[in-house]
Amino acid sequence: MAMAEATSIHAPEKVEKSKGYWSGVGHRLVRDPLTMFCLAVIAALILSAVFAPYLGLADPYKGSMIARLKPIGAPGYPLGTDEQGRDMLARLIYGGRLTLFIGLMPVVIAFFAGSILGITAGYVGGLTNTIIMRTVDVFFAFPSVLLAIAISGALGAGIVNSLVSLTIVFIPPITRVAEAVTSGVRKLDYIDAARASGASAWTVIRVHVIGNVLSPIFVYATSLTSVCMILAAGLSFLGIGVRPPEPEWGLMLNTLRSVIYVNPWLSALPGVMIFVTSLCLNLLSDGLRSAMNVRD
Amino acid sequence: MTKLLEMKNLNVRFKGKRTVHAINDVSLSMEQGETLALLGESGSGKSVTLKTLLGLLPPKRSEIDGSIHVNGTDIMSLRGKALQRYRGGEVSMVFQEPALALDPVYTVGHQIAESVMRHKGVNKAEAMSTALDMLDRVRIPSANRRLHNYPHELSGGMRQRVMIALALACRPRLLLADEPTTALDATVQIQILLLLRELQKEFGMGVIFVTHDIGVAVEISERIAVMYAGQVVEEGTTHEIIRDARHPYTQGLLAANLHDVARGERLNAIPGAPPALEVRPDSCPFAPRCPVAMPECAAGLPPLHLPSDRRRVACLRAAQPLAAE
Repeated sequence: MAMAEATSIHAPEKVEKSKGYWSGVGHRLVRDPLTMFCLAVIAALILSAVFAPYLGLADPYKGSMIARLKPIGAPGYPLGTDEQGRDMLARLIYGGRLTLFIGLMPVVIAFFAGSILGITAGYVGGLTNTIIMRTVDVFFAFPSVLLAIAISGALGAGIVNSLVSLTIVFIPPITRVAEAVTSGVRKLDYIDAARASGASAWTVIRVHVIGNVLSPIFVYATSLTSVCMILAAGLSFLGIGVRPPEPEWGLMLNTLRSVIYVNPWLSALPGVMIFVTSLCLNLLSDGLRSAMNVRD
Repeated sequence: MTKLLEMKNLNVRFKGKRTVHAINDVSLSMEQGETLALLGESGSGKSVTLKTLLGLLPPKRSEIDGSIHVNGTDIMSLRGKALQRYRGGEVSMVFQEPALALDPVYTVGHQIAESVMRHKGVNKAEAMSTALDMLDRVRIPSANRRLHNYPHELSGGMRQRVMIALALACRPRLLLADEPTTALDATVQIQILLLLRELQKEFGMGVIFVTHDIGVAVEISERIAVMYAGQVVEEGTTHEIIRDARHPYTQGLLAANLHDVARGERLNAIPGAPPALEVRPDSCPFAPRCPVAMPECAAGLPPLHLPSDRRRVACLRAAQPLAAE
């Protein structure tokens, strides 16, 4: 055949280096200005929280009886002071440490735990699936806020307890999503094709199942971070999360609630921080979703 | 020389809410480098036969008995590592729908290289150059660029070429092709058929080609086995099947084509539908649809009539001179 001859004189070329999946994702992210802006805001919040002691801020714990409830823009206090005369700017930035930690850690832990549970349930199926999914279903009987409050209330106030309770709240929905995408993927031909080409069960799971289900689970988990932050702030607001005098946005919102008629702008500040962070996380998760989709 | 494939009295039953007797007493044999077409309509057990050959059926829900030897190895006893070496190394498979059989999140080069690394134990760079060589061999233009494409970036015909490259990358002795041209449009079908035929000669491998299209079977294969209701009802060389079909079902399939039919005339179809295989057939399964059925047909399974070497027909009438229809 003519075609066969044409290819037989075809000299073997050198293989080019593949660009890889993540560089493609990065490339698409960079071209999305809104997502990049949100990423910058989140990065700034995280960096300022991490490096708060080096920013030359006032002591967030030190109050002053004479400098209470200074308005925003007062000399020496760019964002004013709270009801005990503590510098609001310092407290907001230091508050980011705890708030972001409590807002992100449960989702990270729940992402791993939920993915393992969900992928196992989805891939193994049968009785294993029934046991895992029915157990998870029990948690769906309660609204997530109530569940977090109930667990926190039972465990008592404190940072570790709110981490634990929030993690427990987020494992079921992530497991659900992981199970759904995995059992969808499991039935597809390429899983059979991989087995037909000699892949072991472990390779099939590691390469073909996880490769296909991880990005939807990851995107779902990022969308939960904003919910988690709000829940964490809510727990502190109710007094079953972080205890005073620790700076934490939810807790600050709670204590400043009493001065809302005296200085409404001041009491809104922690709320603004929560709002901005969770909005940026949501938009970032949307941007990631479209950047991680190779198919279109 | 050992036979490439020796399948004896294979039976496959699927259990579950209802039992399905998918394969009933199928025996097949193939010499090295031979091309066999499994011909039959949907549900006749063609794909199940292929999946059994690779051990891909769900172990909990299927009961398999009989024996299958590939190159002298009993594949029913293969487990673990040996089974993984056999799949893809000795026997590999081209699937019907290339869009679904390629993993969407990896580039095609990566997928071929993965299989090569698994079987040949070479490093990534070597595996990639094997992948490149394979893409060249399946006549993909500018293979070096295609290597880094994702499956969704390729056309249907191109994807099927990649699928073939993937299946052949480890030089299997037997290639199973499960209706590889069904999902493609007619012009691409011919290209893929020609390609498979060339590669089969080039690599000297045996091919089992599953199809429901008798034209495709004739085009590609040396031998044809006609399946009906999980049984092989007739087997012979392509020439014998075309020229001298003995089983009424084969005759029906040959008659049911578009050639020589005047416009407006009804096509020559076989009436009825294949039986549900909830019980194991104990008489000729084709008898209810057979135009030349006799009362004896319902009495028991028809004996195999063997007119010549490696030719067989499961029909009572096969021994008799053909009745004019």
